[in-house]
Amino acid sequence: MNLHELTIHEARRRLRAGELTAVALTEALLERILAVDNDVRAYLTLTPEEALEQARAADAAADDAPLRGIPLAIKDVLCTAGIPTTCGSRILENFVPPFDATAVARLRAAGAIILGKTNTDEFAMGSSTEHSAFFTTGNPWDLQRVPGGSSGGSAAAVAAGECLGALGTDTGGSVRQPASLCGIVGLKPTYGRVSRYGLIAFASSLDQIGVLARDVTDAAVLLGVIAGHDPLDSTSLDAPLPDYTAALTGDVRGLRVGVPKEYFVAGMQPEVEAAVRAALDALARLGADLVEVSLPHTDYALPVYYLIAPAEASANLARYDGVRYGLRVDGPTLEATYEATRGQGFGPEVKRRIMLGTYALSAGYYDAYYLKAQKVRTLIQQDFARAFAQVDVLAAPTTPTTAFRIGEKTEDPLQMYLSDVLTLSVNLAGICGVSVPCGFDGQGLPIGLQVMGPALGEERILRVAHAYEQATEWHTRRPSP
Amino acid sequence: MALSRKEVDHVAALAKLALTEEEKERFARQLSAVLDYAARLNELDTAAIPPTATVLPLRNVMRADQPRPPAPRDDVLANAPAAEEGCFVVPGVWAAEGPEEGR
Repeated sequence: MNLHELTIHEARRRLRAGELTAVALTEALLERILAVDNDVRAYLTLTPEEALEQARAADAAADDAPLRGIPLAIKDVLCTAGIPTTCGSRILENFVPPFDATAVARLRAAGAIILGKTNTDEFAMGSSTEHSAFFTTGNPWDLQRVPGGSSGGSAAAVAAGECLGALGTDTGGSVRQPASLCGIVGLKPTYGRVSRYGLIAFASSLDQIGVLARDVTDAAVLLGVIAGHDPLDSTSLDAPLPDYTAALTGDVRGLRVGVPKEYFVAGMQPEVEAAVRAALDALARLGADLVEVSLPHTDYALPVYYLIAPAEASANLARYDGVRYGLRVDGPTLEATYEATRGQGFGPEVKRRIMLGTYALSAGYYDAYYLKAQKVRTLIQQDFARAFAQVDVLAAPTTPTTAFRIGEKTEDPLQMYLSDVLTLSVNLAGICGVSVPCGFDGQGLPIGLQVMGPALGEERILRVAHAYEQATEWHTRRPSP
Repeated sequence: MALSRKEVDHVAALAKLALTEEEKERFARQLSAVLDYAARLNELDTAAIPPTATVLPLRNVMRADQPRPPAPRDDVLANAPAAEEGCFVVPGVWAAEGPEEGR
């Protein structure tokens, strides 16, 4: 097996055993990036010199830190000290953060090597990377198709062997959806499980940092490193940190797996439904009990999300005013400078959402849109609370279709938004979810099974995803180079 | 509901976004479509439902008020489009004469 195809846990085993050096592994990854990234275009910024320096330090270190010598990629919405952090936006094209996000600092402290920053839809607003101000990333399984988004660069990099794992962020599905479309594992932890300090904010009540990996074990390892309370993020949960890898017992006997009937939606690609139904059968054969459940407000998640997320975004993105950082386009007055800077610095999707959010929060419309959406958000939360009183986890498709063609949905925002229809509710309820590969369609495009759990239910969903993964071989398939 | 051109102008002004004519026309159309879609929320009676602003059981997280070294000023100003003498430089709020007048 090529070094760039290793899982994190296998690479760690070889590093520990002295069969592999961090320098050799990092060089193999950098060579792989050189070979394929002209086509995949997963990375916005590469840091090869720093990576090799970190690799030499890793080889010299005598400790057994959990990610010592493991080359990873970071979505470009997470601050990295001294490395440009653009959010896929012209407005931050030249921004170099003076500090690391807590999740990045924790990866570094655990010995990880940072290869570079990956492409994203601008400010994480999108489902395809087509809203990146710089370029669109290709899906490694078919470069004419999108990798999903917004963490599409991270997902494509993991799938194409351009890193061993990556950080992404998930506000409405932005880790799980690209993981599904790229045939890898994507985990969105419970809101507050991972510190958001240094994550450039999109929608603060929904944003959560997640991980993209080749298998469930790697996802569990990465989560264990980045999770935990952080005094720098007052919304981070001060809850005990379990050993997530210990949860991967392979045993799901007697576990109650809820199947939400509303997640098998009209218009779903038949091959997706068939693959997910087959995955549910596989879980039943492993001893899990399948229970049909109802999440009756599922249909309302999309309109709720597209009021709440833009409203929060319109407030968060007010900071880009051309004064303290980022682009400035000078006008005759301060106000004209704000307007010109923002008018030129933001791309169409970001402007669209700022406009929508500003409208939803504006005098006379607040009750009708924003407050109404917050109330329906409560109903969506209550749906999950009732379901988890009955079952241990929920299982459903991650996305209604496999990867769509580049350009297919850019002219119709609503069609693009529908790509996240099965992932948004998890963010609105603040719970956790993971996407794991469960098959391929007739064109060889990956399909994902989504396992959802209650708040702080990461051990449960990882256990189910891992048991399924170990009983199948989908996760071992890689796109042809 | 259809967003009027006047409403688009108003919202753009609130959001401090300079938009082109073409953008205003396009956003009026696209935002109207999203708002029409959002209108389906009115099918639900939410009179007795409390709103959710955050999913967390947290309220008013407090910490000890202890002094810490701040970020170095030069680091903070390094990303500024214009800085002088340890300050951010901006154009005048009312004046049309440019940055110097605003200070």
